Amino acid sequence: MSATPVGGSHASPPSTWIGRLRTKLEDTLPYEKLLPESQPSYVASWIYVFGVLTLAALAMIIASGAVLAFEGPAWYHLSSVGLFFNSLHFWSVQLFFTFMGVHLVGKFWMAAWRGNRAKTWISGVVSFVVAVGAGLTGYVLQTNFDSQWIAFEAKDGLNAVGVGAWFNVANVGQMALIHVFLLPAVIAVIVVVHLLQVRVHGVVPPLDAEAVESARTARAAASIEGVR
Amino acid sequence: MRLLMSIPADPPTYLSWGWVSVSVPNLIGILASVALLLLALLLPFPTGHEDEQDES
Repeated sequence: MSATPVGGSHASPPSTWIGRLRTKLEDTLPYEKLLPESQPSYVASWIYVFGVLTLAALAMIIASGAVLAFEGPAWYHLSSVGLFFNSLHFWSVQLFFTFMGVHLVGKFWMAAWRGNRAKTWISGVVSFVVAVGAGLTGYVLQTNFDSQWIAFEAKDGLNAVGVGAWFNVANVGQMALIHVFLLPAVIAVIVVVHLLQVRVHGVVPPLDAEAVESARTARAAASIEGVR
Repeated sequence: MRLLMSIPADPPTYLSWGWVSVSVPNLIGILASVALLLLALLLPFPTGHEDEQDES
């Protein structure tokens, strides 16, 4: 009695939707693309570092935010360890937006939507917009005079555009749930999609990459001729 | 209330040029971001061992 593979083999197209999804994933994002061991030479530039720096800051925001969520405002305003974690969360956010801003501007001037990368660019911009919302809800959750000021300035603006009844920055419970659960989940999903899109299409080359590569090849060929 | 009163709330200094108004902390953040972008574009990236072997 021999074991028959369930769901067919690669030779014939799969008949189930799971099989079709697996085949599509295997074709679109093989392991070599998902976890590459090397990158093109043009990636050796500081401007290409800011995506992963943004990711590192996001990891620190989530870790410090989880600690703040468990301990609560009295702890993070009054105890020394709480103040440390409060500052850690705040400064991780400052670095996150700084790195994300440099990443965004760098990719904009690189026209990073080239080479069928429009969706990668769009997911990056959407993650930035959602992160701004996470930043606002975080500022109004500080539970200090600063947060009161920001909340009621923002309330005027949000009422003026007609969304104040649904997105109420003066409602600390709503802000807490949006900031601690909803927006982090949305950002996590968008960031994962963004990273997979980068893996599928590869890191965008600089605008002059072709000229740099051909000049490098010409120099290498000339040096070989010189040796002969 | 005592908890709130124990939290310092110092307003930042604002700089104004005509209709432009920016707080000093925000201005420092903007200038630092621009400086970081310029440094990222201008500073050479450390080369790896493979590049050194290629050059030799």
